[in-house]
Order: sequence, then structure tokens, then C-alpha cells
Amino acid sequence: MKVVTPSHIEEIKSIVKTGKVLTDESDRFSYSFDGSFGTFLPDVVIQTKSVEELASLVKLANREKIPVYPRGQATSLSGGPLPVKGGMVLDLSVLDDVLEIHEEDLIAVVSPGVLTADIHKAAEKKGLMYPPDPSSSHVSTIGGNLAENSGGPRGLKYGVTKDYVIGLEVITPEGEIIHTGGRTVKNVTGYDLTKLIVGSEGTLGIITKAILRLLPKPPASETIMAVFDSLVDAGSAISKILSSGILPAKMELMDQASIVAVENYEPLGLPVDAEAIILIELDGHPLALKDEIKQAAELCYLVGARAVRIPKNEAEKAEIWKARKLVSPAIVRIKPTKISEDATVPRSKIPQMCARLQEIRDKYNIHLVVFGHAGDGNLHPNIICDKNDIEEMRRVEQAVAEIFTAAVELGGTLSGEHGIGTMKAPFMEMELGPVGLDMMKRIKKVWDPNNIMNPGKIFPEKGQKLELS
Amino acid sequence: MKESLEELREEFQYNKTNSCVQCGYCLPVCPTYVTTRIETHSPRGRINLVKMVGEGKITDLSVLEEPLDLCLGCRACETACPTGVEYGSILESARAALVKRKKFKAPVRLLRKTMFQNVFPSKTAMNVIGNTFWLYEKSGLQKAMRKTGIMKKLPYHLGEFEATMSQAVSPAERKQAPSKAKAKGEKKYTVAFFTGCIMDAMFHRINRLSVQLLAEAGCDVIVIPNQTCCGALHAHSGEIEEAKRLAKQNIAAFEQENVDFIVNNAGGCGAMLHEYDHLLADDPEWADRAAAFTAKSRDISQVLVACGGLPNLRSNPEERVTYQPSCHMTNVQKVTEEPLNLLKSISGINFVEMEQANMCCGSAGIYNIINYDASMDILDEKMKHTKATGASVVITTNPGCLIQMKLGIEREKLSDSVRALHLVEYLAEAAGIS
Repeated sequence: MKVVTPSHIEEIKSIVKTGKVLTDESDRFSYSFDGSFGTFLPDVVIQTKSVEELASLVKLANREKIPVYPRGQATSLSGGPLPVKGGMVLDLSVLDDVLEIHEEDLIAVVSPGVLTADIHKAAEKKGLMYPPDPSSSHVSTIGGNLAENSGGPRGLKYGVTKDYVIGLEVITPEGEIIHTGGRTVKNVTGYDLTKLIVGSEGTLGIITKAILRLLPKPPASETIMAVFDSLVDAGSAISKILSSGILPAKMELMDQASIVAVENYEPLGLPVDAEAIILIELDGHPLALKDEIKQAAELCYLVGARAVRIPKNEAEKAEIWKARKLVSPAIVRIKPTKISEDATVPRSKIPQMCARLQEIRDKYNIHLVVFGHAGDGNLHPNIICDKNDIEEMRRVEQAVAEIFTAAVELGGTLSGEHGIGTMKAPFMEMELGPVGLDMMKRIKKVWDPNNIMNPGKIFPEKGQKLELS
Repeated sequence: MKESLEELREEFQYNKTNSCVQCGYCLPVCPTYVTTRIETHSPRGRINLVKMVGEGKITDLSVLEEPLDLCLGCRACETACPTGVEYGSILESARAALVKRKKFKAPVRLLRKTMFQNVFPSKTAMNVIGNTFWLYEKSGLQKAMRKTGIMKKLPYHLGEFEATMSQAVSPAERKQAPSKAKAKGEKKYTVAFFTGCIMDAMFHRINRLSVQLLAEAGCDVIVIPNQTCCGALHAHSGEIEEAKRLAKQNIAAFEQENVDFIVNNAGGCGAMLHEYDHLLADDPEWADRAAAFTAKSRDISQVLVACGGLPNLRSNPEERVTYQPSCHMTNVQKVTEEPLNLLKSISGINFVEMEQANMCCGSAGIYNIINYDASMDILDEKMKHTKATGASVVITTNPGCLIQMKLGIEREKLSDSVRALHLVEYLAEAAGIS
């Protein structure tokens, strides 16, 4: 790969007539990171709202073989926007002009820089809902969500980002502007390039516009909190409810380590002696909810819940969800470094996965906290460590590798919603097999012959290993 | 000057940067990120720059100057931060480290020294400023100057700020300022009033009304003579040692009287007083005394609410009122409810909340003078939301915010229909106190 030369910078400046070209050291360092690991300096950072200018920049990059890194607001937990090979960062968060809700078609048309939470708000104003709800939605851009195929708690009932995208405008790695899909839910004309681009982590092109599907907003929601003395019982309760004909919007699990961490961080009166708490949200028609909530509570008791709490008003509801929200901030008070994994298993395997995680915790003597979207098997085992402690980080590396192995062995996957990026790349072959991975590489090669679009992601380099220390 | 990485880490508080997990939750609440859209001018970006110094990746420290200078220090990021990063503390250490190394040009060095060491902390000097302003207004010079258009030619856009000055107080009135006030009716608390430097020079009347309101609510009020500037402007500009000296002088002065609360009416000063314990935590002789001081420090709105509010408040129903909170009151002192409760206790008030109320107005101490353009971009955002409320009264709780909102009203050419007031002024109006 070529480095960016002063004459490239001149050419970039001549292309970017409406935006900014940043090359100061302070700016380059400020676009060198995301919410995951590592610092990689880009040569230049470019902000423009013009899709034509962006396409010209990609043409230049393709001609000169300069790496291109599309970026939203860099909340990624997998290294998606990290400019690992230098080159240009395209800051697409400034491309945020379009946010249209078309109620009659039940769709939204959005620019990639629009914040996901702003789509939520705009849809709700019209009585509609855009279901994917990553917890960073008030900061993350929809472009980043599309590239990473983000999930969120509501994935259980409503699915993830890819289930709501029906059309895209994309700049290909050769600098052409194409349109995929359209404004109809039904569309079988040719290959489904929309779904290929969504979740491709910015390696196949730059999304410059998206058409999203919306749903009517459910009129009401109810919450249940169930307390368990055994983590395995909590897992059984989840399967029991899901096989009873009730489909909650969210089912969130907190293990004992996360309960204790939250209680130490901000006392909310949580049961610190319990091995697990499950938080359930049901949504739908208020009359149906009345019945379902009773049924769900009974099922929890049936598998051994020691207590079930149903909040009576909005304030109590908010209090219960606050506990779940506080897990992430609470656990980093223990030690500064948080390795947040999102290995996912089939729902029925949650109890086994919980048991495997406890074994891994003890074997490597690490501080492991388990919480997350238990209803869809998307647990978040988080390892709390100190990146300055090299010996500890070696143990963490081994533990992470073993978590991936456990998930794959149980029929699950490396990543449910964060993406592969840099850190999980070495484990791709384990899940996909050599041929499966090779088919993906071939697709990449055809789309991006010069390997300029977000290089260094998804596919492992020769001999690449997980390195945290 | 070659320093070891260890020393730099210590000086820049590198350890504190490690609690930043780079989630980006601070981005949408940061006024400079919202206006510039550049990560370099976001809290996460600035923390990362300090981190890079600590990791030896940035060796030319001047790279940090502009990003740190452009920070308002509003600390909204601390309120948004899920992991409790001590941004204010990192910012102050980094600024102090840069100031230590920076070779200011001789006139700037002299100006900094004069303002920070001789003017803000000196009652006499600040009175001279207040009196000069009075003379300037009364002598007709103000009218004359405004007519000539010379105001537009002053450096640092000072002419525009001049237009926002409230009515000056005469030297005679200033001398008569009471040193004591007795509680009306049953005494609930004994409080010492913190006058502040700029507040006392430029907004003397608000200080006088504050003392009256406190007495009205049931407080015996003492105005302690040897108090000085709180040191906030110093601390924010990297002059930590001078800030410590002033803190000690204030602590010693207020120890002379046994009071329930030390009351201030300026969000920014209050925040500084609220953090004296942090400022002097490493000084064995002063740590406990500073903690005792901080424990007693309150904003006036807290004390008025603690007294049970003010009796018989009545508003003009024609007026619509909105409130622009002081960032340091919200994010440092964590006082948010009391001013609203006091406003809502006024009978007949037509109160409208402002969108994005917690976003800084761009005043930030002397930021609006030093970083004029950045400050005006932020003010324009603020005025957009202010206008949307349709309010004719904008309430603030800090002198800097008050000047800035007045400037915003001037810039939008709304001075005929909208006025900015300190909460104390509005409460006094509603209580019929002049």
C-alpha cells in the first residue's frame, strides 16, 4: 500500500470543495481510535457532505492504492473504523442531511451520519418504530449500525439492523455509485446486494443513503424482574417462557458479579446474594399484556425463581431498567480495561454457555462478568482487567480464545452484534472452515480488487493472533 | 527540556485518562464538538491526546494547545460519562503543564500576571473597575463612545461586551454595602455571603439583592471582609498555584465566623468553592480545612429552598420566562432542581423549558473574549433554542452566562423585547424588593 504523499493531499484538496481536509497531528490522532483497542494514525481525515466528492476520493484511492476507512462516530467495539494501514479516514458523521419518514410506505430514508436515536424519535412522532436499538444509539450513526449490522436488546423479538434495510446507495471500492434494493419490502430482482453490504463492516463499499423499514409502534409495554438463586435456573426460565407462546421484546440477564458491581456503584437494593436476575419487557396491546405478564411471572416461579417483581408505574419500571444500564459503567470501576465480547449461542444452549463461562473464569483466574441479551442467546461476557498488567493480559487472551471456542462448539457464533473487525479475525476459520472463509475472500476480491476498502478487517493476515498485551 | 515519561504521566494525570473507554457518550453533549463536528474538539478526543502524551506517542506538546484552549470547561461531558472520567481534573493538569512550558510573549506575560495576581484578587482594584465603569456611564462618555462607533474598533470585540453591561453602581452606594443583615421573622440559618470579584465589581446590585433575599427567607447574613476572588479563572487558565493561594485566603477568612452555610450566587465561583477540597487534597495542613469549607458551600438557590422558599412571589403574567442553567452549577455543583423550584413557586409564572438547556452558552469565564469566534458559534446555537421558547425573560445563575445571554440578545437584535436577568434579580422583582 502506498502512503499518502503531499501531491495526493493536493489532489484531495482539489476534489473536496465543500468540506474539510484535516492533516494536523492533533486531528490525525483524534481519528486514530474507536471504542475498541489500539491507536492507528491515518494520513488524512476528510469530511464532506457531497456523495460525488466522496466517490471521486474513492476513485483516487483506488487508482493510487491508498487505504480508505469509512467512519461514523467511532463507537465500534470491534475496531471497524480503525485506520490500521494508514491512508484516508472518511468521516461520514457529517453526512446527516436526510431523515425522512414516509408513513404511507412505512419506510424511512436516511443519510449515514444520522444518529440512530434521531431515527427512533422521528419514527415515534408518526406513531411508528425503527426497532434496532443498540445501547449506544444516542451516539452511534446509522451508517455505522448498517456497516456492523448492529443489534440491541429488542433483537429477541424484532431482529437486528439487516432485518430493516430494504435499499441502499453505495459507493463501490472502484468509486462508482450504485443503488441496491428499493422502497418495497418484496424485491427478488437478482442477488440481494443490500444484505451483502449490511454487516460487511465497510469492506465492500461506503453507504451514502439507506431505506429502512418501519413498524407500527406497540401501544404499551410491561416489565418483569425475576430473581434466581441459580444461574442455570435463570437460563431454564428463559427457554421456558420462549417456548410458551410468549415472545417478549427484551430478555436481559445479569449474573451475580454484575449485580454486585452495580450495587457497589449505586445502591439500588438489588439482591446481591442471588446468582442471577432476568429482566423481561413485553410489548403489545395492553389487554394482551395483562394476561402475558401473569403467565410469564408464573413460569418464572415454576422453574424456581425466588422472587418476581412487576413494577406498578413508569418510575418503578425505569428503576428496574436502570440496574441493567448501570452494569457497563459499574464494572469498569473494578479495573480500567474492559474486553467486551458478544459470542452468541442458540437460546437452548444458554445454561451450558453460562457453565462454560464459569469454568473459563476459574481456569484463567480472570474477572469475568456475564450479562446481556439472554433471550436471543447473545450474552456479553466481559473481562475486566488492566491493560498495563502484561501477565494478566496473557491470561485474558487465552480466556477470550476459549470463550470463542465454547460458543462455536455449542453451535453459536463469534459475534452476535459487535462485528469481527481486527480482534476476532484470527478465529474466523474456526467458525467458517477454510472453504467458507475462502468464499468470503473471493467476494471481497471481486468487489475490491485493489483491497483499498477498510483493509485489515474481518480477514486474518498470515499468522495473525489475538494480541492484547 | 527532556523529561522522563514517568514525569509527564504524573504531570498530565495519565492514569486518570485510562478510565475513558472511548464510548463517545460525551460527543453529543459537548458544545465544541456540536459546533465544529471535529473529534479533536471533543472530550474523548482531548482525553486521547493527553493519553498519547502519556504513552510517548505525542512528543511535541504544542499539538495539544489549540484543542485544550478551545475547551469551554463546561464539564457537561462529566455528567454524560458512564465511567466517571475526571475530565475537569485532567484538563486542569494538562493546561497547567502546557502553561509551565509555554513562552508567552512579554506583553501577554505581563497582562496575565497583572490580571491573575493583582486585579481579580484585589478588592481595591476590582472596586476601581466598578467605579470607573460607573463614571464612564454617568459622565456621558458611554453615550459619546457608543455614538462614535469607536466601540466596534476595540480589540477582542470588547465593544460588543460593553453594550451588555448592566447599570453601574456609584462609589457611594458601593461603600454603603451592608456587612450584615438580620433575618426577617424567625431565624432559620446563619450564613456567610461570598461576594466574588467580578460579581461584586460589575454586578454589585445583584449581590445586594442576594443578601436581602437571604434575610427575607430567614437567614442572618454576614459579609466577611477578608474574602477574595475564588480562583476559578486562575485554575481554568493553568495558574494552579495562584488558585491555591486564593483558596487558602478564603478558607482562613471564612473560618473566622461560625456559620451554617457559605453562600454564593455565581455558578462558576460556586463550582470552584465546591472543589476546594480537591484542590488542596494533597496539602496536609489545608486538606481538612478545605473539606470543611466545601461542606458548607452552597448556591443561593439551595439555601432559599432550604429555608422553605420566599413568601408572596408574584410574576407579570404577560411575561414568558425561560432558564439557562449555569454549566458549573449543573455539572460540578450538581444543583439543578432548586432554581427551577424557586421559579415555579412564583405565582402566575409562565415558564417554558428551553431545548438543550444544559448545553453551554459559550461564556465560560473569559473564553468568549479569548476564543471569540468559537464562543459566538456556540452562542448562536443557544440563541436558536432561546428564541424557540418565545420567552421575554431569560434567567441565568452566573455573571458570565448573564453577560453572554445579554450579548446573544443584542446580536439577535431582540433587546427591545427580551431581557436577561440573574435569578436573584427576578426573584427580587417577584418579591417586590428593589
